[in-house]
Amino acid sequence: MFPPRSQRILLAVLAASALLSAFSGRLNPYFLDVALGAGISVVLASSLNLINGFTGQFSLGHAGFMAVGAYASAMLTTTLAPRLGLSANLLQWGFFPLSLVAGGLLAALAGIAVGAPSLRLKGDYLAIVTLGFGEIIKVVLQNVDAVGASRGLTGIPSHTNLFWVFGSAAVTVYVVWGLLNSTYGRGFLAVADDEVAAEAMGLNTTRYKITAFVVGAFFAGVAGGLYAHLKGYLNPGGFSFDKSIEIVVMVILGGMGRHSGVVVAALLLTVLTESLRQTGAFRMIVYSVLLIVLMLTRPQGLFVWPLWSKKEGRP
Amino acid sequence: MNRPASGPRSRRSFLTLAACSAVLAGCRGKEGDTGAQAIRLGLFGALSGSEAGLGQYTDMGATLALEEVNAAGGVLGRPLEMVREDNRTTAGESATAVKKLLSRDQVVAVIGDGNSGRCLEAGPLCQAAGLPMVSPAATNPKVTEIGDCIFRVCFTDPFQGAVMARFARETLHLSRVGLLVDASAPYSLGLSSVFRERFAAEGGTVVSEQRFSGGDKDFRAQLTALKSAGIEAVFAPSYYHSGGLILRQARDLGFEGPMLGSDGWEAPELLEVAGRTAEGAYFPVHFSPENTDPLVAGFLGRFRRRFGKPPTGVSALAFDTLQLIADAIRRAGSAEPPAIRAALASTRDFQGVTGRISMDPGRNARKPAVIIGVRDGAFRFLRVVDPGDPGRASS
Repeated sequence: MFPPRSQRILLAVLAASALLSAFSGRLNPYFLDVALGAGISVVLASSLNLINGFTGQFSLGHAGFMAVGAYASAMLTTTLAPRLGLSANLLQWGFFPLSLVAGGLLAALAGIAVGAPSLRLKGDYLAIVTLGFGEIIKVVLQNVDAVGASRGLTGIPSHTNLFWVFGSAAVTVYVVWGLLNSTYGRGFLAVADDEVAAEAMGLNTTRYKITAFVVGAFFAGVAGGLYAHLKGYLNPGGFSFDKSIEIVVMVILGGMGRHSGVVVAALLLTVLTESLRQTGAFRMIVYSVLLIVLMLTRPQGLFVWPLWSKKEGRP
Repeated sequence: MNRPASGPRSRRSFLTLAACSAVLAGCRGKEGDTGAQAIRLGLFGALSGSEAGLGQYTDMGATLALEEVNAAGGVLGRPLEMVREDNRTTAGESATAVKKLLSRDQVVAVIGDGNSGRCLEAGPLCQAAGLPMVSPAATNPKVTEIGDCIFRVCFTDPFQGAVMARFARETLHLSRVGLLVDASAPYSLGLSSVFRERFAAEGGTVVSEQRFSGGDKDFRAQLTALKSAGIEAVFAPSYYHSGGLILRQARDLGFEGPMLGSDGWEAPELLEVAGRTAEGAYFPVHFSPENTDPLVAGFLGRFRRRFGKPPTGVSALAFDTLQLIADAIRRAGSAEPPAIRAALASTRDFQGVTGRISMDPGRNARKPAVIIGVRDGAFRFLRVVDPGDPGRASS
């Protein structure tokens, strides 16, 4: 089912990120921050790509799933972890990944909660429901005092490192890629291409859509956990509509339903906002102009050469 | 899905674009670069995004102070230089910006954002690096609780709440007040909880509390509930965009009592939105341009000449912040972060344009608050409330 080559690539990326992680102490903390931010964007964009790109749904709630994972894992590491009396190493290499997975699972649960009632809707209607979900999460977090309410959650330990970020990114891309290239996964593409025809062929389209939502939400939750333990501080304002749009832009710019394109777009857009710091007050203007230029010159996606499009993506 | 063929042309333009962004990234601004001698300070703030006004006025105040310090020969014979970083008013960006200031620009002190949430994000990084961070306008108590490297030159939310409670009780002789609180802003929540406590301690009663969420445009339901609870005045700690609408809608509903606000109301936009309905509004501020102190008059004139518009409170605070850091470097006789930190902590009676500043043991500035009242469509200086007694609430 999976060509062994893809597993070799996964292992190679994991090994490379572990190796890099060992030397991260020598890296400039600012560059490290940007690199980690870019890796988290890859997780977010690739997972949204499964929903928006491959399954053809339009979700605007990815920041909401990210928030669920971020707060869940941060609550685990700030309240539960100190009581266990674990060593620093065990916390970072044992407890932290478990908290990431827990955050992801909770986000996946939110994915079911949002998906089950609303995925019978199509197009714009679904977009509005997911948008509403994202805003609800934000407002709830702003009002729950146990997680710091609108003041934000402080004192989150900085467990996020290159290994966890790029490891998660590699696993996300691998899972999405593997899912799409499995017999079951072809159903996602069928749902995107023609829902009525897919249903006529006997596919349970709602179930496919919910699966896409749950898997996408899970990785968004993991990304949230990584983000929380990178910044050390969470504020509900960081998971607003704007954040969802940022991820949607990465997916669209990368080419909806392209694996490598979306990865490159996520890396590029994150690094671009930082490298444009030198332009001072013009930063966001230059950024927006570059987005428009990119969209005009590469409407098919950033990283789609004619040669590649035959091998990869949708047939 | 429609996929246009990508020919060599579009590939070339993509490469051109990549080259352009590489060139853009390569050209570093040379402005203010005066060699290895300069003492470098950092500033991070909301220079763009939804609170861009806050960040830009902060930047202007600090820039004016920077230029004046340098025109007077700099500090310890060396010029000051300021590296500005924008956080787009976005959570998560301040941490990145401050990491850049600390590791790439090697600054010796940081001027923080005027927003408490973003200072809470960046503060722990400065604390970990042992580098002083001074916020001009972050009023949340939690900010300076981060650690001994974090300072502020403004008063705190509890202090403001206490000042307004005292003012409501002693000057306006109120006994029944209703609260209208922005549940999405820690600022509003913090202020209202202290007001509630202090107002009761002074013998008044908070009759009812109603909540809204930042960005709301309609407050009629909450105001009607407050009015029917039989209140004499409303205390609505909030920012000016909500404040203006609250004032207008309260008067539209026929409520005639005093309307009490917080320092977030200090913006010309409040008067633009509320118009005549702003009469009878009171709020505390950090700085009053009506102050007759020659220091204040001089600052007003110089700011206007430099930027062509009058300063806001946050400009005055940022001006004092940079002057205070320069003063600390001078007193420390060294531009090393630990020495600057120690000098900042021992600040006594520094004469700034926002008043005489001393640092308390919690690294919060102790200084008087000014109460402003709206009369005839303008902000009028009413009285100064000294931190003496209500200041206890801030420590």
